[in-house]
Amino acid sequence: MEKLLEILAELHPEVDFETTEDLIDDGILDSLDIVSLVAAIDTEFDVTVPAEEIIPENFNSAKALFALITKLDEE
Amino acid sequence: MLFTSYGFIAFLAIMFAVYFLAPKKWQWVTLLIGSYVFYAFAGLEYLVFILFTTVSAYVISRLLKSALDKENGYIEKSRDTLSKEERKAYRAKAKKKRFHILLWGLVLNFGVLAVLKYTAFAVHNVNGVLSLFGREGLTVPSLLLPMGISFYTFQTMGYLIDVYRAKAEVEKNPAKLALFVSFFPQLVQGPISRFSDLGAQLTAPHKFETKTFTFGLQRILWGYFKKLVIADRVLVAMNTMLDAPEDFKGVYVLLLILLYSIQIYADFTGGIDITIGIAEAMGIKLAENFDRPFSSRSTKEYWRRWHITMGTWFKDYIFTPLSVTAPVMKLNKFLSGKIGRRAASKTVAYIASGVTWFLTGLWHGAGWNFIVWGLLNCLVIIVSEALEPTYNKFHDRFPRLTSSAAYGKFMAVRTFLLMGLIRSLDCYRNVGVTFTMWGSMFTFKGIGSLFSGGIFELGLGLTDFIIILVGVCVVYAISNMHAKGSVRERLWQRPVLSAALCVTLFLAVIMLGAYGAGYDASQFIYNQF
Repeated sequence: MEKLLEILAELHPEVDFETTEDLIDDGILDSLDIVSLVAAIDTEFDVTVPAEEIIPENFNSAKALFALITKLDEE
Repeated sequence: MLFTSYGFIAFLAIMFAVYFLAPKKWQWVTLLIGSYVFYAFAGLEYLVFILFTTVSAYVISRLLKSALDKENGYIEKSRDTLSKEERKAYRAKAKKKRFHILLWGLVLNFGVLAVLKYTAFAVHNVNGVLSLFGREGLTVPSLLLPMGISFYTFQTMGYLIDVYRAKAEVEKNPAKLALFVSFFPQLVQGPISRFSDLGAQLTAPHKFETKTFTFGLQRILWGYFKKLVIADRVLVAMNTMLDAPEDFKGVYVLLLILLYSIQIYADFTGGIDITIGIAEAMGIKLAENFDRPFSSRSTKEYWRRWHITMGTWFKDYIFTPLSVTAPVMKLNKFLSGKIGRRAASKTVAYIASGVTWFLTGLWHGAGWNFIVWGLLNCLVIIVSEALEPTYNKFHDRFPRLTSSAAYGKFMAVRTFLLMGLIRSLDCYRNVGVTFTMWGSMFTFKGIGSLFSGGIFELGLGLTDFIIILVGVCVVYAISNMHAKGSVRERLWQRPVLSAALCVTLFLAVIMLGAYGAGYDASQFIYNQF
């Protein structure tokens, strides 16, 4: 989780990713951020996020995103 | 049969009557028949193309669903016997197989669209290259371009991709799928709907509700007001300037940019109001396509609020999947080792964005002006993104200034002008001419002539400009009121005022609508896409 928080902080240092739960709905992360994030996850976690999983529910919070990475790693 | 024709009004009246008088379980059939009748008026030969899209989408979607069921069934059955790695390998293999099925659908349908829409453009370009070598050019074919083909192809391919991703239920009844593909109000210019939003609504029974029906008619009337009173009137002055661009340089270019912003907004949002209003009158809710785009403070925000359904289509079906393809991920890993993870992930996002905007430009039309338009939008977005840390520093340094209403307005005006400037590529339809015109803008040529009566030599008189100005103010005021809550809901509580406003609007459309010689009330801009 810490590694993920680090990646997120690189994108938006001004956001508290541990507590924010509406990253997409509030427009904090836009589509360019998402793609940068997916690319960084691929490099750091060796997990490829498929296009069908790139939906607001999976990217609205660091917790949800971490759950997705864990699920994809185990699938 | 165009939305602005009397024939269409008559067709709509019959359609509403038949829809609500039909037994509930046959309502969707009347819609399907109505949609095909509407489409047949555009050209009987066009029916072949829409039928091809429907039949191919039906077959491919059923094949996709059957492959997915088989895949899920096997995984479920072998959950205890397969290791995690074996399960992953099976999933990957099965997904690849499903992707090949999907690919057939995409290639067939986008192939038809590409041949019909882009062959002439491709041949023109080939001829350009041949002429450089003194060779004779090829004959430019003249092909049919079925009405709304870009819209219904995109909507239907979105459905196929959703079935592939298991995000949409597969439609087992081919006639119901045919209705989703051909629903008449949105055939002309969208919005591009998702099957999960629209499919079930189209085939569900709908009782006549006075309130919903009235709201639908009000929205239709509002659409006609924007289109006929504002858009078509502004078009007259624009056409005068576009017929001889060399005579209208300097300040006239700025005027054209301003007028085109008004015209395309009134035309496109007006058309969408008519579309959404027709569906609403029948109890069907279509996706909104605009959210006060001219209030946007940045290009990125503008594209989240203008032609929303097209933007989300490109984001969900081109930009996102392209960004996670194996070659892009490989490139990301390669670049990470060279320039660092952060710069690498930004680079792949920019590449995916460039490809998406290139295709968005191409979708708008077969011409270099559209491609350059798309790429310029992309460039502005990427430059803004790259400069964000600088903006943030500025915001931190001057918090009172940057949080003020005036600064917000300044950013909105800046975005409006920038988008208008790029959009003018769409007016001049020629990249070289557009760039020349942009250059001439800074010479301030024509100021004297414009203000000494030249403005009234564009085909519009003082009364026309007053009508446009008042019309724009009314649209702006209503749009702002709507942002605070539904205007129609508030009017519903005050029936007398509501009726008076509707009668006024109706009379405005009848008396102030741009009809007759010199006017062209026959085309919506997005018809051609």
